[in-house]
Formats: sequence, structure tokens, C-alpha cells
Amino acid sequence: MTIERELETIDVSFNVGPQHPATHGVFRMVLTVDGEVVVELEPVIGYLHRGAEKLSENCDYRQAIGFQDRTEYLSQFNAELCYVIAVEKLMGLEVPERAEYIRVILTELNRIASHLMFMGAFSADLGVFGTLFMYAFRERERMQDLFEEISGDRMMYSYFRVGGLAWDVPEDFVERTRWVVQQVRQGIADIDGLLTKNEVLLARTRGIGVMNAEQSIDWGFSGPMLRAAGVRHDLRRAEPYSIYDRLEFDIPVGENGDVYDRYIVRLEEMRQSVRIVEQCLDQMPKDGPIVAPGLKRVLRPPAGEVYMRTENPRGEYGIYLVSKGTDKPYRLKIRSPSFCHLAALRNMVVGHYVADAVIILGSVDIVLCEVDR
Amino acid sequence: MIADNPWIDAVVRTLLVVMLVIVVALILIWVERKVAGRIQMRLGPMVVGPYGLLQSVADAIKLLTKEDLRPASADRWVFELAPFVAFVPSLLTLMSLPFTAHLFVRNLELGLFYIVAVSGLSIVGLLMAGWGSANKYALLGAVRAAAQLISYEIPLVMAILAVAMVSGTLNLVEIVEGQGRVPYIVWQPLGFVIFIIATLAELYRNPFDIPTAESEIVGGPFIEYSGIRWSMFFFAEYVNVFMLSVLGSLVFLGGWNWPLGNEVGWPLQLVLIFAKTSAMLLVFMWLRVSLPRLRIDQLMSFCWQVLLPFSFLGIIINGLVLVYEWPDVLLGLFSGVAALIAGWAVYRGSRRAAPAQPWSSVPARGTN
Repeated sequence: MTIERELETIDVSFNVGPQHPATHGVFRMVLTVDGEVVVELEPVIGYLHRGAEKLSENCDYRQAIGFQDRTEYLSQFNAELCYVIAVEKLMGLEVPERAEYIRVILTELNRIASHLMFMGAFSADLGVFGTLFMYAFRERERMQDLFEEISGDRMMYSYFRVGGLAWDVPEDFVERTRWVVQQVRQGIADIDGLLTKNEVLLARTRGIGVMNAEQSIDWGFSGPMLRAAGVRHDLRRAEPYSIYDRLEFDIPVGENGDVYDRYIVRLEEMRQSVRIVEQCLDQMPKDGPIVAPGLKRVLRPPAGEVYMRTENPRGEYGIYLVSKGTDKPYRLKIRSPSFCHLAALRNMVVGHYVADAVIILGSVDIVLCEVDR
Repeated sequence: MIADNPWIDAVVRTLLVVMLVIVVALILIWVERKVAGRIQMRLGPMVVGPYGLLQSVADAIKLLTKEDLRPASADRWVFELAPFVAFVPSLLTLMSLPFTAHLFVRNLELGLFYIVAVSGLSIVGLLMAGWGSANKYALLGAVRAAAQLISYEIPLVMAILAVAMVSGTLNLVEIVEGQGRVPYIVWQPLGFVIFIIATLAELYRNPFDIPTAESEIVGGPFIEYSGIRWSMFFFAEYVNVFMLSVLGSLVFLGGWNWPLGNEVGWPLQLVLIFAKTSAMLLVFMWLRVSLPRLRIDQLMSFCWQVLLPFSFLGIIINGLVLVYEWPDVLLGLFSGVAALIAGWAVYRGSRRAAPAQPWSSVPARGTN
């Protein structure tokens, strides 16, 4: 007598995060797997909710700058820039040219630093044993030193002010920045040489986590995630703010919208940022004021509302600001790119392997502070 | 013979080899950290002892004094025995591994077969660790390990078998003596390449560190282990690394011979075997720090679709050349060409256009 019994398999769910090396912060995803294939993913966010928007509404316009650093802790200058431009728009302020150039230089350097962070973390997700991480961090460290020298802090710069900058840059700023940019250019070439054409990387990342142009737009993607899908959209070009209309740069786009394209787009963007910084260093006025003249100590923008959006390393960063004519913002709303990207995570991951889930999440390049706010 | 009494002789030889291996493993851990440090523009350990030489010792003491944790839901005996089951086979393999023409515990007639057979046993330890931990990451890692190690055992054996065909023996000392003039890497380049790749997979090192994948399943089967039990797994890994490097240099690189075959005394033999082993080890370390990790299905298809056919091809080439008594040069020529074809196939395969939506066949489950 034979007993026939069908082998039964069950789906297993397990937590990835909130404490897990691949979740880049305190993000949690509940993966349901059938063997090695992910059949269901539930993202859980909110571990880092600090009420940054509400907190900003209880501070005056200058103090609220600090919360932008803490929201976007990998590209602080970019976030500060968005906020100060929003307030300036509300007040109708003209910013001195020198301050504009310094802002753009720091913003673009910060973009490179943020992308370098992505390279390091992404390679760690892929399983490179720390080598690329160290390559990326060597260059990032040079920039952090520069930022520290300028602003006095390695992470929470709070250097931009409404109408200009907090104080002038050091005297050797141009030479130092030129040196840093030169080093970074070499560093980008090193990263490119180590990883880009690696057979394992090609096998792991191509055709993974695909989002085509239409889907990307539907999900509200922006920044490198959108451009990887082949949409040539960059706010620095589409609606130029600050002095971006005077600068020459290309907008790199990908073809398939997969993880590999996101990596390539970010790599190429760093090169373009280097180009922008070099142009700015050439064009920058040697002397001049760094704060708009005639600013009051306490800022009281006229009643009104404004929405400002800038191209951050992670995508479109937006600030919606309502003023009632007092010294505090009546409402401050942050539109964060990572939140939109994370919303599409389930659609990108389901059907892939567990190992792919990790690199797809890595390719989104999330900043959890910005998602949870 | 070291001593007249065979029992004393065996004990002395065993102690010698075990002590040698413990020292080597500690040094190896230090060297690996130093090499990784240099490649990553760091200094590596520098504080404990000159150039951090005593770092491994300090780590060993730290691990010994740590608390031995066991999760409440773990399967007690399976969990606690797993490190030993993983550790013992790696020591057993050393029993028939010759380091010079005379330094070995027992020179078995089937030494090569014995080593391959016994080293395969350590999978059981990993499976026990994964199951006993009552942890889903650990289970996932253990299942990955089992699939990977069993698959890669086959090309590994095939690569070694190619050498056994040419040398006509499974006795390791005789295999080395057969390489008096020309090491087998010259006649079997394909076998050597397959051996290196399969060894990396056997040792679950990058790019094949899938069972322990730090960024996915956080150490896999070892996730719940701490202190001395964890360090036994760690130690077993390094003993295996050392063992397979020695095996590679014995079987392919000519062991303790000079490249063009001069009889040398035992101190020089020891130097030569360690030089060749170190070369292998440095290649492993170099690959480890510079390559990303493969995915489990790619790993399996690489094994079954690339390594296995080419290792069979190597055997067929050997068979043809040996049966028809063609000159040895043809052996190296054919094998080298096959190795180049394999490399070209991988190169082309990885650059083929990727499918736009490869996994759409799996439907999403649940609500959302």
C-alpha cells in the first residue's frame, strides 16, 4: 500500500527591519516569501516621525532652517536651498550674486556627497565587502571637511539664510573647492572602474525592479528614479531657480528604468555636478555682499502662500509655505521624494527574489527622516 | 616516522598538524584584515601588538569570555551541537593533507577522495544551525547553503578528477611527485579555473557568500550564535579556507616542488608549499573584497549550465588525449582553449540585453 501525499508548501513572512543592515535607517518591510521569491511586501514606516512640519510652525523663519537639515540629512544644503528660496519668494527678496554662486556650489557638492553615499550603501547591499564604500567615503570625507570648515558642522549645516548666507566663506574657498572637485573627479572614475562593467553587477541589477516611464510618472517618481526610466525631466532645467539658467549641464537618462539604470544615472549626475561646480567657480564674483541689504532681524513675510520645489539628489523636494504676516510660518508642508518612491516599492519588488528586494530598496536611495518627517 | 611507536607517532603528528593549523588560522584572520584594509585604503588592525599582530588573539579571548546565548525557542541539542558538526569535518580533512613529503598525519591511498568526502559533511552543521536556531533568516541561509554547497561539490570533484586521471593516483603525495617537472596547472588550466570558482563557492566567500549574505539575511545560519559557538563556525571557515588553498597548491601548483623539478630538503619544501598556498589565499582575499554577490538562482544556473558542462568537457579532453596517447602539450592546449571559451561565454552572457519584465509570471498574493 502506498500512501500518496502531496507535498504542501507554505508562504513564510518575516520582517526585514526596522533593525536590519539593508533598510538604511529604521524602515521595516514585511516580506512574504515562497521559497526565495517575494510574493507580498508590506512597507511599514513612521519609526522616525518627529513632527518636523509642526515643529517648524512653532519656530520663526530663521529657526525653521535647521529642521530642513534634519529632514534631508544626506543633502542638507539642497533642502535648505529649497526652504530659503520659498521664503525669499514670499518676501520678494533679491539675493546677491555671490551668495547665489556659493549656494549653488555647495548644493552641487552636496549632491555629489549624497550620491556617493548612495554608491557606498548600494554596493554594500550588493555584497561588495566594503571596498566601494571606502572609495566613496574617501571622497565624501573631503567634501565634509570643506563643509565643516565653511559652516562649522559636519552634518547639520544651517548655513543658508533667507536672503543670503550666514557668513562669508573662507578666503581660500575657491582653491580648496577646486582641489576637492579634482579629487572627486578621480574618485568617480575609481568607482566607475570598480563596479560599472562588473559581470556580477550586470547580472544582478539589469532588468530588476523595472518601472517604465508611464508607471514612473503615475507613481509620482522624480529625480534619478524618473530619469532612469528615460524621462528627461530635471527641475534645474524645467523651471530654473537660483542661477541654474546660466550653467551648462546635461541631463543623463536611462533606458529601461531598472536598478542598473538608476545606478548609471546617479554616476553620470555626479560628473555633471562636477561640471556645474567648475563653471560656478569660474564665474563667481570675487567680492561682494552675501546677504540681501536692508533685511530686518525678525522676518515677517507678507501674508500669502508659496510652493517651491527644487531638484534634490533624491528627486523633487517641495516646500509649501503659508504666511499670515507673523514671524512664524502658519503652515509648512514638505513634499519628499523618497515617500513617493517608497510607495511604489511593493510593485517593484513583488515577484523578485529576496536578494533583489534588498537592492531595489537600495536603488530607491531612501532617507527615512524625509519619509517620516 | 617521527617516533618508533605508531601510536605515539600518530598522536605527535596530529598535535603538530592541529597546532600548525590553529596558528595558521589566527595569522590568516590577521592577514585577511590587513589585506582588506590595504585594498580599502585603511590600515587594518594596528593597536594590539606590533602592526596589530595580536588582534586575532585578543578577539579569540573576547569570544571565549562572551556569554553563550541560546534563544528560548531554539531546538536545544540541534542548536548546541551544530558548531561541532561543522567544525569536526574541517579538522578531519587535515588528517590526510600532506604539507611536505613527510609532514602529514596519515598519507591515505585515497587521500583526495577522503578530503572531498569529509569536507562535504560540514553542510550538516550549517543545516543544523539553521534549523535549530528557530530563526527565519537562519533557515533561509541554511537552505541556501545546502543547495549551494552540494551543487558546487560536483564541479569541484570533476576538476580534481581531471588531475587524478592524468596522474593516475588519488594519493596526494604521489600526485605532487607526479608534478616534478611541470605542475598540473599547465596541463589543466580549465580544471584550475573551475577549481578556484568552486572553492570560492564551497567556502561561501564573495561573490558566492549567499548563505551568509550580510545585507540580506544578516549572517544566515550564524545569526543566533555568539561567543565560543560562533567562533567555532568562524574558525571552521578559516580552516577550510586554508585546507582548500593547500589542496589547490598540492593538486595544481606542484606542491613542494620547484617549478622545473629539483629535489629540495624539507625546510625548503615547507617554504614552497606555504608560498603557493599564500598565493592562492591572496587571490581569494582579493576576490572577496572586490566582487558583488550573486543571486541564488544565478549561482545555481552558473553551476549547472557553465561549470558542470565545462568540467565534463575537461574530463572528455583528458580521456581523448590519454587514450590515444597524444602528446601532453595538446592536453594543455585543448584545456586552455576550453577555459577561454568558458570565459567568453560568461562575458557575452552577462552583456546580453536584459528582459524588460522577467518575473511577471509570479502573481502577487494577498490584498493591497
